[in-house]
Amino acid sequence: MSRPFTPKVITANALLQGDVIYLSESSTWVRDLHEAALIFDAARAEALLAVAQKDGMVVGAYLTDAAEGKHGPEPTHFREEFRRTGPSNYPHGKQETGARANV
Amino acid sequence: MYKYNDFDESFVRNRVAQFSAQVARRIDGSLSEEEFRPLRLMNGLYLQLHAYMLRVAIPYGTLNPNQMDQLAHIAEKYDRGYGHFTTRQNIQYNWPKLPDVPAILSDLADVEMHAIQTSGNTIRNVTADHFAGAAADEVTDPRPVAELIRQWSTDHPEFQFLPRKFKVAVTGAAADRAVVRAHDVGLVLKRQGGVLGAEIIVGGGLGRTPMVGKTLKEFVTFDDLLPYLEATVSVWNLLGRRDNKYKARIKITVHEHGIDDIRARVEERFAAIKPTFDGVDMEMLREIEGHFVPPIFADKPIEAYTRAYSADPVFRAWADTNLAAHKADGYAIVTVSLKKPGQTPGDATADQMRALAQITRDYAHDELRISHEQNVILPHVHKSNLPALHAALKTVDLATANVGLVSDIIACPGMDYCALATARAIPVAQGIATRFEELKLEHDIGALKIKISGCINACGHHHVGHIGILGLDRAGVENYQITLGGDGTEDLVIGDRTGPGFAYDEIVPAIERILLCYLDLRDGPEETFLAAYRRLGLAPFKAALYPAKEEKANAA
Repeated sequence: MSRPFTPKVITANALLQGDVIYLSESSTWVRDLHEAALIFDAARAEALLAVAQKDGMVVGAYLTDAAEGKHGPEPTHFREEFRRTGPSNYPHGKQETGARANV
Repeated sequence: MYKYNDFDESFVRNRVAQFSAQVARRIDGSLSEEEFRPLRLMNGLYLQLHAYMLRVAIPYGTLNPNQMDQLAHIAEKYDRGYGHFTTRQNIQYNWPKLPDVPAILSDLADVEMHAIQTSGNTIRNVTADHFAGAAADEVTDPRPVAELIRQWSTDHPEFQFLPRKFKVAVTGAAADRAVVRAHDVGLVLKRQGGVLGAEIIVGGGLGRTPMVGKTLKEFVTFDDLLPYLEATVSVWNLLGRRDNKYKARIKITVHEHGIDDIRARVEERFAAIKPTFDGVDMEMLREIEGHFVPPIFADKPIEAYTRAYSADPVFRAWADTNLAAHKADGYAIVTVSLKKPGQTPGDATADQMRALAQITRDYAHDELRISHEQNVILPHVHKSNLPALHAALKTVDLATANVGLVSDIIACPGMDYCALATARAIPVAQGIATRFEELKLEHDIGALKIKISGCINACGHHHVGHIGILGLDRAGVENYQITLGGDGTEDLVIGDRTGPGFAYDEIVPAIERILLCYLDLRDGPEETFLAAYRRLGLAPFKAALYPAKEEKANAA
C-alpha cells in the first residue's frame, strides 16, 4: 500500500535572484511560504509540479511537505525552515526582507 | 607570483565572454536550466539554499594586494559586503544575482583571477602549502609545480568529463600543511641526489569513504612529473566507475583494483605518452619558476619586535600563537585569524579585505595566502614590522590570538548556505568558540584542531580533526557525530567515532565534556589533546561523553 499523501507546497529558486519562491493558489510565484498553495492531493500536486518545472524563470521546482498553520503553510522539516528564513549567522535572506512582492 | 601572459589573459577573457553569452541565452529562454547548469558549474556558479554562490579560485592560495582589493570590491558591489574563504583555498560569494555574474567574472579577470574549474567533474583548483616559499622546513616552493598543473589541467581536452571531481594538492615540505594524503593526488616535492622531483600519493580523500592516500611512486623527477600525472588521471578516467557517483573517486578505484595494479597501468600509460611530451612542459616550468623568485629580504635589527614582545602582553599573546618560523633571518610568517569567537570561520568583510591588502603593501612584501584552515597568511613579514602590523590588524578586528587553539575551528558553510548539507556547521563552531572564551580555558587546552562538516562530503575535514564533528539529519532533526584522534598532517589519521550523535543543543556541552576530561587526564600541559588521546584511547572520553549509558552498562 502506498503511503497516504501528506500536504505539500511547491517551492523553487528564482532564476535571476536565486532566492526561495513558492507557488501560490493563483499559480504565481511568491516569496513568502505563508502565501503558498497548500496542496492536499497527489494528482493536483503532480500536475502543478509538472507546470512549475516547465517555467523557465525558476530553477529546481520540487514538492515539499508543509503543515497548515494559522497564517498559511508552515514547514515540517528544518531545511525548509532555514530556506524560508535565511542563514543563522547573519540577518540576511528572507528574515531581513520579510515577505516581498510577488515575482 | 605568477603573472598572466597574453595567452592566459585572452583565455580568461574569452571564457568571460562565452559565459556572458550563455547567461544572456539562459535569461532570454534560449537555454533551459538543464542545458545551462553544466555551463554555470564550469564557471563556478552554484545555486544554493537561499541564493546563487560563486566560487572563485585562489590558485594554491596565493593573492597579491590588488587582487584582495578586488575581492573586497566584488563583495561590496555585487554581494553582501563579505566573502567566505574555504577549505579549498577558494573564496565564495553567497549572494550574487545571476545577471551580475558576467560582470563579476570580468572584474576578476581584471586582476588575473577566475572561477574556472571550481566545480564539475574536472581537475579542480590546485592547492598548496600556505607557507610555501616562506617555511623554514621547505625543500622547494611548491607553487611553480602547482601553477604548471593549473595550466595543464585548465580545459585539458581529455579531462573535461572525468568520472568525478579530481583534487590535487602540492607541498614542498616534510611537515604536511596541505593535507596531501587526503587528496586524489598529493605531491610531496623532494630532492634526491641534487635532482628535484615528487613523491606521488594517490587515492586519498575524505567524504563518505575516507581513505589515506597511498604512495604510487616514491620519486618522479620534474622531467617526468606532468606525463606521470597525465598517465594517472588518464588511467582513472577510463577505469573509474561512472555507474555510481559514490564509487567514482580515484580512492575507490585504487581500493578496488589495488595500488599495484593501478601502478602497473600508470607505468604502461606513462611509457606510451612520455614521448609526446617534448620538453615544452619543462620550459614552461622554468618560466613559471621565474615568477616565484622570493622577495629581497631585509637585513635589519628586530629591536622593535623584542621591545613590544616584552612590554605588551596582548602583542606577546598574539605573537606566541599566530607566528611561524620563516626561512629568512629576522622574518616571521603571520597567520591572521578569521576565527574571532562568535564570528563565522573564514569570513572577512570588504573592509577587512582592504585593510589586509594595505597591511600587506605596508609590511609584508605584497603577498597574501589563504590557508585551507580558513585563515589569511602573510608569508613574509620582517619582525621589526610586527608591532605596527599587529596594531593595524587590531583596528579591523583581525588581531585574534587563537591560531591552532580550540576556537580556530574549520567549518564548512553547512545548512546555513549549502544545498547538499544535512545540518548546520557554522553556529556549532560559533557556539564552541564562544563557550571556551567564556570558560577562559583556550590557552590551558593548548594545541587543538576542531573540524566541522555539515554533511558526509566532509568539506570541513572532520575526519582529520583532533575532534571532528559531522552534522547529519536524523529523522528530521539535526544530529552531530563526534570523531576523535584524527590528524591532518603527514601522519594522516582518520578519527574514531565515539558513538551515538548529539542533538544541536547538546553538541557544545559534549565538546566541553571531552575537553574537561582531557584536562583532568593529561600528563601535564605539554601533553596535547592528540597525544593524550593516543595514550589513553577512546574509553575515558566515551565515558565522559555518555555518562548515563556507562552507568547503566555498569549496573547491568
